[in-house]
Amino acid sequence: MSENHHAKRPYIKVFVALAVLTAVEVGVARLGGLPKPVFISLLAILAIAKALLVALFYMHLRYDNTILAIIGGFPFFLAVVMALIILADRTLVGGLIGG
Amino acid sequence: MTVTYPNAAENEQPFAGVQVQKFLMWLFLASEVMFFTGLIVAYVVIRFNSASWPIVAEALNVPLVAANTFILIVSSVTMVLALDNFEQAQAQRGRLYLIATIVLGIVFLSIQAIEWAELIEHGTLPSTSLFGATFFTLTGFHGAHVTGGVLWILGVTIAAFRGSYDDNPLGIELVGLYWHFVDLVWIILFTIVYLI
Repeated sequence: MSENHHAKRPYIKVFVALAVLTAVEVGVARLGGLPKPVFISLLAILAIAKALLVALFYMHLRYDNTILAIIGGFPFFLAVVMALIILADRTLVGGLIGG
Repeated sequence: MTVTYPNAAENEQPFAGVQVQKFLMWLFLASEVMFFTGLIVAYVVIRFNSASWPIVAEALNVPLVAANTFILIVSSVTMVLALDNFEQAQAQRGRLYLIATIVLGIVFLSIQAIEWAELIEHGTLPSTSLFGATFFTLTGFHGAHVTGGVLWILGVTIAAFRGSYDDNPLGIELVGLYWHFVDLVWIILFTIVYLI
């Protein structure tokens, strides 16, 4: 359990931030017109920001023992490495995965 | 050589201030991250290498799913407020937030069922295209996790009404971790499947 009698945590502020970021995401997707790399990067940054807010505040990683953040964060790190490998395959190598 | 085994108290606390149950929950969630990473990466690779892919805004009901995303985010708030209230010895309010979370989870699943029904009606099935196969696999596995979460919260809520968490709300924190993780996965899926 998280420490009892903790100071008031910003759950509602985080919720407002998540709602606003979701609205921005949908707005960006509907507007269009952006170059594809910018469009994808922008949406990826917004999604990662939302995921971090949930993990840090709602899953209490900001307040809990660092070991939990390491356990939860390591596979995320591997996922990012995997994404970068795919990106490199598409842009630099020329599509090895696709054959 | 003499081997010294840790005593029972040390077994319960492998890391200072971290309960064993919470540690194990995070290990489980780490395995879940790898599971969903595999699915998402497969989706991305298939999509990159497909000769044709439907325009997402036309094939999927994005406004409906955006509303559903909002509902899941609200359910995360009610879940964290449930735990917060139990931690502040406000069990009655905590129980109400748990019920709200269950209701919101059921609403999310119902809207997803409507979306699936629409797609199937228009002839998109897992067997008809790569888009259908990957879409139903990703959203299906996520939906199964939400269903499991709703059932788990239901069990926790029943136990909460019996007073099981009045003194120690660890059980609520554990189900909360799972529920927030399901929300977190949806945040990523929504962007990758519905917006990009």
